[in-house]
Amino acid sequence: MAQSAIELKGIDKSFGAVRANRDINLEIAPGTIHGIIGENGAGKSTLMSILYGFYQADRGEIFVNGQKTDIDSPNDAIAAGIGMVHQHFMLVHNFTVLENIILGAEGSSLLNTGIARARSELHRLEEEYSLDVDPDAIVEQLPVGLQQRVEILKALYRGAEILILDEPTGVLTPAEADHLFRILRKLKDEGKTIVLITHKLREIMAVTDNVSVMRQGTMVATRKTAATTVEELAELMVGRRVLLRVEKGEASPSGVKLSVKNLSVRDSRGVTMVDNVSFDVRAGEIVGIAGVAGNGQSELIEAIAGTRRAETGTVLLDGAPIDVAGSADPGELRARGLAHVPEDRHHVGLVLPFEENENSILGYHGMDFYLNGPFLNIEAIRSDARDKIEKYDIRPADCRLKTANFSGGNQQKIVLAREMEKDPGVLVVGQPTRGVDVGAIEFIHKQLIAMRDQGKAVLLISVELDEIRSLSDRILVMFDGRVVGERGPDATEGELGLLMAGVEAQEAAE
Amino acid sequence: MDFLNLILQLLDATIRVSVPLLLACLAGLYSERSGVFDIGLEGKMLAGAFAGASTAAVTGSAWLGMLAAITISVFFALVHGFASITHRGNQIVSGVAINFIAAGSTVILGQAWFSQGGRTPSLVADARFNAITLPFADTLREVPLIGPIYSELVSGHSLIAYIAFLMVPFTWWVLFRTRFGLRLRAVGENPAAVDTAGISVAWLRYRAVICTGVLTGLAGTYLAVSQNAGFVKDMTAGKGFIALAALIFAKWRPVPAMFACLLFGFLDAFAIRFQGIALPLIGKVPVQLMQALPYILTVILLAGFIGKAIPPKAGGVAYVKER
Repeated sequence: MAQSAIELKGIDKSFGAVRANRDINLEIAPGTIHGIIGENGAGKSTLMSILYGFYQADRGEIFVNGQKTDIDSPNDAIAAGIGMVHQHFMLVHNFTVLENIILGAEGSSLLNTGIARARSELHRLEEEYSLDVDPDAIVEQLPVGLQQRVEILKALYRGAEILILDEPTGVLTPAEADHLFRILRKLKDEGKTIVLITHKLREIMAVTDNVSVMRQGTMVATRKTAATTVEELAELMVGRRVLLRVEKGEASPSGVKLSVKNLSVRDSRGVTMVDNVSFDVRAGEIVGIAGVAGNGQSELIEAIAGTRRAETGTVLLDGAPIDVAGSADPGELRARGLAHVPEDRHHVGLVLPFEENENSILGYHGMDFYLNGPFLNIEAIRSDARDKIEKYDIRPADCRLKTANFSGGNQQKIVLAREMEKDPGVLVVGQPTRGVDVGAIEFIHKQLIAMRDQGKAVLLISVELDEIRSLSDRILVMFDGRVVGERGPDATEGELGLLMAGVEAQEAAE
Repeated sequence: MDFLNLILQLLDATIRVSVPLLLACLAGLYSERSGVFDIGLEGKMLAGAFAGASTAAVTGSAWLGMLAAITISVFFALVHGFASITHRGNQIVSGVAINFIAAGSTVILGQAWFSQGGRTPSLVADARFNAITLPFADTLREVPLIGPIYSELVSGHSLIAYIAFLMVPFTWWVLFRTRFGLRLRAVGENPAAVDTAGISVAWLRYRAVICTGVLTGLAGTYLAVSQNAGFVKDMTAGKGFIALAALIFAKWRPVPAMFACLLFGFLDAFAIRFQGIALPLIGKVPVQLMQALPYILTVILLAGFIGKAIPPKAGGVAYVKER
């Protein structure tokens, strides 16, 4: 067998009391795409940061191409032919592509010679790997897919033979992700070794040759991708059997709870994002809204939840109108039984520096239950938070911990617990499982189904088509601000994909 | 001809008052472009002025005075660096502390050493940087228009003034044409990008604050060893803060920084030249109003006329490796 491109032996790393990596052994064959999968916090990123010299391991050895290599800084990693594409791009936003690429590898103390060399080298790399990008474009003006390409070029420019990609598709649209995978295969064909870190099982199956699974800081298994299944990997990741398909019974919808009529919404630039949309959500059903991000779904649920003014239209909650174009505010709507799980939990749903128990009452903090005269009833708030922690299995089970210290999945559970526990009649949910681990996804999906079965009306938007298909009883597809179709839960991905791409809408217009 | 003379005098004064502003402004530019906010320009300038004047008074050498000024100023800059880069302290607090230390210690040490109420002894001409007459300044004086401009305006400033204005293209060149400049700009915007490229964030920022120290030291030297013949208590008189305003006004770019400093310098020169003189229509304007004019205009300009000034993105934030 050929020598391993990378071999890790007995890597250990602790941050304070937390052991992020324990006794990790890993071999990566040259010229392959090797996936590393695990839940958030399983230690994948830490391991790769050690390999890239960003952190130093407490114990253990690294071999690159069979040579024992000490990697004390990114410089050593670069010298050993290792390049990394970080989850959050390490780009200077107001520099040109070229400036970003040469940063740290300028060649000489004056820029003009280095820039000229970089320009021709970049041209060669672009030809070789078909990675088109304008070298003089300002990075912040490029779409994220192209910014990521700049990161890849940066690594290749430094002569990387081994490329590590940390959660590369988190910020990409499905089409951009597919393009990335084509690039990765091309790089592999050219003899590069690629390490792909992700928590998305589908990506592992789609693009890797081998896959290693991490759980709670340990390496639990390595498999040939062709010889494993999504179910096996999910079980290895979580440590127990995971239901990837949502189990649910027939919906038994009754009366209309939420009725949207001729709703139009503009965004802050004045562009019409929701254009004359009408639909109903009945008690006991989940209505999913599918669509490529940016087609008006976000503005739609913000208008319904009272966090964005609508232009025109009416929304009826239990038959009574909501003043969506005027005075409606989220507090009033909560009091009337409409709860809202916002899409962006970091900026809208939570105050990250707050303690968990404080976030678990935000928006409901004016309720008598949490008050003691004009003051907050700290005891009541904390015991209530502890109840929710237990019921929703929020980990770590510490209501005094800063919210920023919880993982994405647990943060989302904090928001869900807050919004669901006040027994709302209507639940509006945006991206419930974005950045959430497989195990927590299963839990959140079960909770949403349980809400439905209790006779609540649930309006769901998600960019994950799988999620829409497996949860919804009815699927509406939005394209360019309009609802372009309604389908049942048995609609195929291809059928919905065409609607989402506006194909039918365009044909009708012609 | 009188009118031309008046204009020339005014512009000549503008250049003289602009020099310390310009040096301090460029000093701030190096530091802030690297992501270290520096509200302590004032204090470093003052400490430099005191060290320069004291040394020049004792040794009789302007050059040794300059060396002392730069040394002390760089020392204060490194203190600021140590607090805000190594120990990740609050950069505003550290800068304010430096201003207080400089304001207090210069007076105390001045009194202790020279017993002249915080002043340093008056410097003799040899211990100062005097006006330099450029070649042909006298021969060209009679040539209409160009003659007076060359001999009055361009010629006849101290060495430090010429250095200050040469620092403008030099700083531009450093910032946009050298490896150091590229990295400096990068570390002020996204230090993580610099770190992952295998470059030390701390060392880069230390080099930037050293540049700041050198330039504020020069500014102090200009004040005490060139423009004036010795150190006077609080002689910087807020110039460090005006320089910061000019830096924002110039959006952290060297050439606009020069024009911003010249504008503020002009306002200052105008106020000095016309105080106590009756203006047509308005009549005699109170001295205090004339003196306040530069500051009032600073507020108006900064509030309304510069558009959005976007500081370096990582400015004011200590770099911590993320977990």
